[in-house]
Amino acid sequence: MKSKLLSAPYIVWMILFTLIPLCIVFYYALTDSITGEFTFANLTSMGTYLPIFLRSIWLSLFASLICLVIGYPVAYFIAQCKPLTQRFLEMLIMLPMCMSFLLRTLAWVAMLENTGIINNFIRSIGLSPLPLIRSNGAVILGMVYNYLPYMILPLYTVIMKIDKRLVEAALDLGCTPKQVFTKVILPLSGPGILSGLTMVFVPAVSTFYISQKLGSTGTTLIGDVIESQFKTAYNPNLGAAMSLVLMILIFICVSIMNRFGETDEEEVMAKV
Amino acid sequence: MKKRILSVLLLTVLLVSQLPTTSFAAQNEITVYNWGQYISDGTDDSMDVIKEFEAETGIKVNYLTFDSNESMYTKLKTGGTSYDVIIPSDYMIAKLISEDMLEPIDFANTPNYQYIDEAFRDQAYDPENKYSVPYTWGTVGLIYNTQYVSDEDAKSWSCLWNSKYAGKLLMFDNPRDAFAIAESMLGYSYNTEDAQELKNAADLLATQKPVLQAYVMDQIFDKLERGEAWAAPYYAGDYLTMVEENPDLAFSFPEEGFNIFIDAMCIPKGCQNKEGAEAFINFLCRPDVSAANLDYIGYSTPETAAKEYMDEEVIESPVSYPDDETLARSESFAELGVEATQTMNDLWLSVKTEGANTTLYLALTIAAVAAVIAFFLISAAVTRRRKARRCRKWRETQ
Repeated sequence: MKSKLLSAPYIVWMILFTLIPLCIVFYYALTDSITGEFTFANLTSMGTYLPIFLRSIWLSLFASLICLVIGYPVAYFIAQCKPLTQRFLEMLIMLPMCMSFLLRTLAWVAMLENTGIINNFIRSIGLSPLPLIRSNGAVILGMVYNYLPYMILPLYTVIMKIDKRLVEAALDLGCTPKQVFTKVILPLSGPGILSGLTMVFVPAVSTFYISQKLGSTGTTLIGDVIESQFKTAYNPNLGAAMSLVLMILIFICVSIMNRFGETDEEEVMAKV
Repeated sequence: MKKRILSVLLLTVLLVSQLPTTSFAAQNEITVYNWGQYISDGTDDSMDVIKEFEAETGIKVNYLTFDSNESMYTKLKTGGTSYDVIIPSDYMIAKLISEDMLEPIDFANTPNYQYIDEAFRDQAYDPENKYSVPYTWGTVGLIYNTQYVSDEDAKSWSCLWNSKYAGKLLMFDNPRDAFAIAESMLGYSYNTEDAQELKNAADLLATQKPVLQAYVMDQIFDKLERGEAWAAPYYAGDYLTMVEENPDLAFSFPEEGFNIFIDAMCIPKGCQNKEGAEAFINFLCRPDVSAANLDYIGYSTPETAAKEYMDEEVIESPVSYPDDETLARSESFAELGVEATQTMNDLWLSVKTEGANTTLYLALTIAAVAAVIAFFLISAAVTRRRKARRCRKWRETQ
């Protein structure tokens, strides 16, 4: 009873700011922008934007995987440090998050532009400037930079909790260090990998600012299109329909990822 | 017990944050919603207009900015904030009037309206001049960097399609201004509502996409000043601001025609302090204030009286005050019907989104889906076989 009462604020919060807005999104997605009548037209027009949806999903998938490749060794390294160093490194990882996301992205623009810091340096040593900005790669870079902490932190938490005795046992039973990693540490950090991938993928797929600043006219992401529907085109209905479809696609992607996780866990159990 | 208090506290915070903030607004406060970089703000020895107004009247100003008429309109429509003074352009004022979103101005409270030239009163967007007081007027032209772009090329809007300058060209990030450029090139009126003509304009805009660096608004300042981009269409007044930072920039009125506009001050419905708003409008009409603003922002003044207070250089600039021969090529925007606006918005969206490498992404996706299905099938088969083997072993041991 008591615990129910304590959770009341959160439940009220959920209803006010998640459930009701979701209903409003549904309502807008299913009504016409001019007449306000019930219609499926917004949803049926989604086919036109299929390439944009796919591009958003692929770019953020790549970004999530790159985050994993970069983030895992970092998280592993931090987890091996002394507690004091750990806290310090953790703070360093969090530090960029204290600054506005927009500012961090703009800083990348200032570095990567043709007249930016990097290219000015390249020019000053007599080489020709590199096309660093306005490509899919630059957008992925922006995503990786902005969302990397969301990958490192859950990984670090999970790796830190791995029972050191399991590693010792594996070594005692004749595992090479490589085997210890692939047969013990990696499977046990599975949940961290999954939550890291989800935490990076979900915000990346719906992001809107990064592609406008770092991308070209050909790298528009679905988040940008949704933003424009609300900000300038005054067509919240189409915007709501896009958000709805995006939400469903994210659910599908995340549940597929979780399925991978399940099979991993079963295998671990089977082996144990 | 403590925890319960905490939860109650959280709930109250939640509820309080839901209350409209406007009810707390002090009586003597106004909210002004204006274009970005569109008022003299005290930098470079200019007059700090807002500070000056606050000192004179004791009315506090909350100053907010927008970057296109369309985003201002959306903000007004979606509500949430109430504004006391807004400064949209002509066609948007007509739209706001026809949708009954403006409050008539009490001209008895704005005596400085007398300084507005006859030529700028009773415009088509507000025929009886009940809702608006002109703030500035101006034109749209091509701003280019003379180091890289030849004057010959810059005479025409086609400069923005020229593959010689690929990756260095910018374009308006709002449908009305962007379509106007395509419509000039095709010889259409800016106010065409013909679906086919709009479609042709959109097709032309789509062909521009590969050579463009970006669709932008206020970032044009920064990009042109630093040479990150070499040519962009923008408002004439802003060119004067940019050329101070980068003397290589030049301005041209393209031969196909260009847009001329008036930005005027209006009071939207739902304003909280109409008298304060009128005092602000009146203040901005005072010739010395108007002069300070226009000296700073570089746009053209609708008040001859203000020119006395202005820099010779600005008044004589052919960019701010083009001759009649040039002005003959200009056309102003009128309000578009609901349907034409919708068509234009849809076309603009498809211009901005199309051209993705559809087949590549589709192929990748199909391959990925196939791989995922194959993975699950195989892993299921493997588990089944393993289980079967274990069963067999177990039976054998029995």
